[in-house]
Amino acid sequence: MNMLNILKSPKCRSTFDLLLLGVAFVALWQIFYEIAGSVALASPLAATENALKMLATSDFWMNAAATLKAFCIAVVIEAVAGLAIGIFLGLQRFTGDVFEPMLTGLYSVPKLMFFPMITLFFGIGLASEVAFGVLQGIISIILFTMSAVRNIKPVYMKTGKTMNLSTTQMMLTIALPGALPEIFTGLRIGVSSSLIGVILCEMFGSSRGLGFILMNAMQNNIVLDISSQTLLLIVFAAGLSGVLMAADYKLHRRV
Amino acid sequence: MNRLMRARLLVVAAILVVLEFACRTGLISSYSLIPPSEMVVAMIEMLRSGELTAEILQTVLAVFISVAAAVVVGILVAIVLHSMPRLRQAIEPVLVTYYSIPIFVFYPLFIVLFGLNDVPKVVIGFMLAVVTMIASTLNGLDRVPRVLRKTGRVLHLSRMETIREVVLPSAALSVFNGVKLAIAHAFVGVLAAEFILSTGGLGYQIAYAFHDFDNRKMYGIMLLLLIIVAVVNAFLMGWERYIRQRRGLS
Repeated sequence: MNMLNILKSPKCRSTFDLLLLGVAFVALWQIFYEIAGSVALASPLAATENALKMLATSDFWMNAAATLKAFCIAVVIEAVAGLAIGIFLGLQRFTGDVFEPMLTGLYSVPKLMFFPMITLFFGIGLASEVAFGVLQGIISIILFTMSAVRNIKPVYMKTGKTMNLSTTQMMLTIALPGALPEIFTGLRIGVSSSLIGVILCEMFGSSRGLGFILMNAMQNNIVLDISSQTLLLIVFAAGLSGVLMAADYKLHRRV
Repeated sequence: MNRLMRARLLVVAAILVVLEFACRTGLISSYSLIPPSEMVVAMIEMLRSGELTAEILQTVLAVFISVAAAVVVGILVAIVLHSMPRLRQAIEPVLVTYYSIPIFVFYPLFIVLFGLNDVPKVVIGFMLAVVTMIASTLNGLDRVPRVLRKTGRVLHLSRMETIREVVLPSAALSVFNGVKLAIAHAFVGVLAAEFILSTGGLGYQIAYAFHDFDNRKMYGIMLLLLIIVAVVNAFLMGWERYIRQRRGLS
């Protein structure tokens, strides 16, 4: 085995790229730190140390658990409701055509505008976090599912019919696998937006969670904590998105 | 087509009637939602009195600057990335995961860096808008027909001429789509920034009314924002259709 060939393999290359991106990120951060000074943000080293210290406290995990709980409930609700509505609108062509422009319109409206409304309806706490998370994510799930169901190749359906498949068999063996890659793309975008939604909601209308402790640190202007919490949030969000992205890529390659 | 439009109008009308009915009869308390008709009245009152004019201008101006900067920077970055495939491949993960990161968490940092004025919200709007602009432009550059590039080379066009005469016109539709998305994202960024912490703008007014329990004002401004976004969207969609038709695409 030649060393150079291993280094040139695509897998090694992408790992190298990721490492390089990480280095670039830290370098950029350090430059910002040099410009802005410690009144604005902590240095990468200090923030990482502080973040590790935070990870050792039970207080942090309590808040992380609260965020995770709201996030998971939101994801389950939006996945079930979004898929159901999306499949329905995809199969009913006319109804789909009626609602599609409204949904795309809603998609481009800043959902944060509805935040006060959500708080007025659901109060402060878990319920409104979940509601806001769902609101952020469900529309993309509906839109992607709808277009996925519509785009299943007619020849697959015809093949199913010639094989005398029942409706359930058609759904399970043809419609779902055929539409799955695109549905998953919608889910991926929806899930990521929901995480942002839950964190945003915690920042303004909650008394616990990662968004709340970040807002708390902001209001007390504890620069070190702000930097570390921002770092942790970014790492978590990027990690989640990376995992979903990899799954998405595999699904699209399979079909 | 006509049947479709009728059905859409019917759905919207039905939703409005149900909401109006639920609010008037007290099914939904007036602390949560005010009747749609009252929102319209509140909005018109505020527009007439002119108390919102400065705020509207401030928000629209901030969105405009962010979009303009995002379009220019986005196209330039995309052109550079497109000409260096290796760099592009390395940076792809950033473009893909970018929108899953809550950019708003950087807002306090920007306030410290730039001060409590209009700069931080423009920066947030720009940061949200620029990446979709880069991605759309890259997408467009990928689709420039090879034969046109070759023709350009045959005619000995310089680099800048190639970009101006060949690349940008073929990529125009994707770029336009990018602008559309950039506007939506910039709106989200600017409004959210105003909502979090700022000294003015429509987002600030919503937050202010919200903390004041002034539901009439809050829903009036929300309606106004919905209308602004809808008008901008309709305008862009009409323009896009015009471009497509002129090129015989649909």
